[in-house]
Amino acid sequence: MLAAIKAPFIDWSELLPFTVLTVGGVVVLLTGLVGTQRFRRAAVPLLSLLTLAGAAVTLLGNWNKPAVIVSGALKIDDLTVGLGLICLVGAFFAVILALRVDNEEGLGRGEFHTLLIFSVMGMLVLIAANDLVTLFIGIELLSIPLYVLCAGEIRRGRSLESGLKYLILGSVGSATLLYGLALLYGATGATSLTKIGTVLTSSGAPLHDSLFVAGMALIIAGFAFKASAAPFHQWTPDVYEGAPASITTFMATATKAAALGVLLRVLAGPLLPAINDWGPIVATISVLSILVGNFGALGQDSLKRMLAWSSVAQVGYLLAAVVVADQLGIQALVFYLVVYTFMTLAAFAVVIDNSREWEEGERMSGISGLGRRRPWLAGAMTVSMVALAGLPPTDGFTGKLNIIAALVDGDWTWLGFVVVFGSLVSLAYYLRVVAAMWMKEPSADAPTTRSRTPEITAVALIAALLTLGLGFAPSWPLDKATEIGQKSVSSPR
Amino acid sequence: MELTLLLLIPVASAILGGLLGKNAVRSVAILGALGTLGLAIGIALNWDSSLGGSQFSIDNVWVSQLGIHWAFAVDGLNLALIVLTAFVYASVTVACALRDLESPRLFFFQLGLAASSVIGAFLAQDLILFVFFFDLMLVPFYFLVGQWGTGDRVAATTKMVIYTLAGSLLMLAAAVATGVMAASQHGRHIDFLISNLQHLPLSKGTQDWIFLCFAAAFLVKMPAVPFHGWLKDAYKAMPLPVLALFSGVLSKVAAYGFLKTALPLFPDAAANFQTLMLVLGVISILYGSALAFTTSDARLVVGYSSIAQLGFIVIGIFSLTADGAEGAILQMVNHGVVTVALVMVVGMLASRAKGSEDLGSMGGMAMGAPVLAVVFLIAAFANLAMPASANFVGEFLILKGVFSSTAAIAVIATIGVAMAAVYMLRAYIKAMHGPDANGVEQREISFREALPVIPAILVIIGLALYPQVVLKTTDGPAEAQIIPAATAAHIPVDATPAKMTKAGAK
Repeated sequence: MLAAIKAPFIDWSELLPFTVLTVGGVVVLLTGLVGTQRFRRAAVPLLSLLTLAGAAVTLLGNWNKPAVIVSGALKIDDLTVGLGLICLVGAFFAVILALRVDNEEGLGRGEFHTLLIFSVMGMLVLIAANDLVTLFIGIELLSIPLYVLCAGEIRRGRSLESGLKYLILGSVGSATLLYGLALLYGATGATSLTKIGTVLTSSGAPLHDSLFVAGMALIIAGFAFKASAAPFHQWTPDVYEGAPASITTFMATATKAAALGVLLRVLAGPLLPAINDWGPIVATISVLSILVGNFGALGQDSLKRMLAWSSVAQVGYLLAAVVVADQLGIQALVFYLVVYTFMTLAAFAVVIDNSREWEEGERMSGISGLGRRRPWLAGAMTVSMVALAGLPPTDGFTGKLNIIAALVDGDWTWLGFVVVFGSLVSLAYYLRVVAAMWMKEPSADAPTTRSRTPEITAVALIAALLTLGLGFAPSWPLDKATEIGQKSVSSPR
Repeated sequence: MELTLLLLIPVASAILGGLLGKNAVRSVAILGALGTLGLAIGIALNWDSSLGGSQFSIDNVWVSQLGIHWAFAVDGLNLALIVLTAFVYASVTVACALRDLESPRLFFFQLGLAASSVIGAFLAQDLILFVFFFDLMLVPFYFLVGQWGTGDRVAATTKMVIYTLAGSLLMLAAAVATGVMAASQHGRHIDFLISNLQHLPLSKGTQDWIFLCFAAAFLVKMPAVPFHGWLKDAYKAMPLPVLALFSGVLSKVAAYGFLKTALPLFPDAAANFQTLMLVLGVISILYGSALAFTTSDARLVVGYSSIAQLGFIVIGIFSLTADGAEGAILQMVNHGVVTVALVMVVGMLASRAKGSEDLGSMGGMAMGAPVLAVVFLIAAFANLAMPASANFVGEFLILKGVFSSTAAIAVIATIGVAMAAVYMLRAYIKAMHGPDANGVEQREISFREALPVIPAILVIIGLALYPQVVLKTTDGPAEAQIIPAATAAHIPVDATPAKMTKAGAK
């Protein structure tokens, strides 16, 4: 008697993106086991791209339809949609960048793509989390596939080292976070973020509880690990250098968006009443990241390491926007995450394309004279570097402008000057790349034939064009960012 | 519409030339530059001086969330400077097109981008837009020096960019702060239009640090002593025509920035720091002149002399008088034109002295090249502000303004006028007179060499005969820019003396 069974209500339409990712992930895994190698080579990436695109479309369907689903476990609002899309875009391009990687001895094609898809799903769960338990599930679902992906090139020592390092330090981060979540639960007696918010606003008592403050600090530290903010960044250069390049790209874009998104979700949401406690902590982490990241990047000879350090600094700028936590701050954060994704994507795509041509491609010396060998590729890299440094006419300028405006408006003007100082220091290493490409001769043993990877060149050019275009016409993403900011502030906590 | 075209033609023609191929790029670049110049002159002719105020205005919202406008206009303040920029750009493009260049397509793209961004900075009527173009100017010059320069070009260009961006980024933060704080202090919606911000003065304490950030950007860009550390290497490394554009117009954007943004927006701070700025100006005059007559490098004579000239412009602006400000704008135009002529002359001298730009390896060139000597002499006389030159009128107005506000500064600055005569004539005599140095060619100016320099000489002569062409546009607008600061500094503002001086100069 089927009619007699009373099933719990399931919000299928809101859950659709998660369903698409799950089903898609399983299908991709199974496809990786059947057919000839040629079939797999074509079908698996194609199915992965379709899955990611499907998730993006279904996620977009939830735009402007805020809902709390699965008995309060997940909160689908515009912030979820916006940041989720950034993660999906990061994954989408990572699949494209990995198209021609032949790694028969390591991860199979199916496994690689499935892990990537599940990691993205973890990000979506994380950003949407409205409950401490979902939040932890999200962060583990995000991390565990990444540990494997980092170590995916099993014959390469660096890759294994990268995976192991990320596993150990990432686990410490997760443990710290879990401990913090437990303390937060102890202080407020609730796991639902909505309820925690109500407890904190209705009675200020837990705010002065050392249990609460310690829990909050541990949570921030845990997320800072994931976002690779200083002083929790030590793993970043090694892992970024060792991991397969497409995975590094994925981590530099999507993981950052997810970690910062959830940090914002928690701090600017239920924990907003405690802003006087966490504001200075996050500001300190921001300053440290800006300083450590920028100075760390100065002497690097490996481009991937340089980009890793620079990403630490970029997280510092993003955290500065988190500190403000009002409408302008959220707007600045979301907008900067969008532009940061594309400029980072361009930079990594250039490095990958160049390193497909020769071994040296990942090094500073390997990029010498790129302007002569591959002018368009060098052009894309130049745009990316100029944008990362925050100079016009790119969207890096607009992004920094937003962050500084939010900081000044929120009475954090001094932090704005730290951002400016960081940009100045960063010029030294970004310009070094630009100078090497345009102002030096290619070394004698540079390849004369081009890599046959038009899709990677295309990714670099598209990302660079977007970076340039959004510099002149930032209105559309900025409008959406503003909308997200307004709704996140006015929505009930 | 006209202004959009003016802004786009340099960079668009460069891109078009690049697309048409290597052979077309030079002619298209020249056409674009001449078109820019023609358009600029057309705008100047159609500018109605009886109406005054902003004309040809464009105002579109660019970033609505932050109240940033894509706003351009021509007013009495920037009209002459825009024509100057178009003129210098045209001369430089012609000079470059006559040279052999590596990757000419990229070169003319960077040159066009540089011209467009300078024009944008002069036209911008929105504070953030101004900062946008002010920072953007640096990007093409980074490549122009680093890719086509000589000697230790990469180090020189990196040093230049980092030095100047240190100031510019401070200005960026300060500019954002200006808009945000003005909005919050007056309970208004955020907006960066300069004309709106002028009516929303910031509290005095805030003005001070914001003003200092702006001043840092402008003083480094000019450069003024002691912020000139980047100048020597960058000037030495720059290709000569690029140097003409750089020294001729970029430094003017900084001086113009004081008049356009810092004085009207932060009048109390400007009054507060008036003495500091005057002292920095005087130090620049004296130290720049001293450097100019101790160096034996012809190119650096021009470079250091521009430090001194910019020093005059600074004291003119910070005299906070109408005379001083008008003299400063006139002097910006004069110096821009004279610099083009002098830089081109340095190139000709070097090509006759086996490529060396050292004054010691030159000498006696006047005998075989009388026309070149005359060209050099006219430029040198103008630069040392010989009476009857437009530079004389400019410096006279500046000194008169400074005298009426801070007499002591004016007295010291007058020494600078005498020093200018010493270093310019020293350079002229060493290169053109005296015994032939070893291996110096006695070669008359050729047609190719004359093409970019003769127009500049003609303009120098024209300005000498009729400096009012600049002064009549700046009369009024310049004064309007300094009135708030002058009021704050309790300097009496009176419009009549400026007009009398101009009649006197006639």
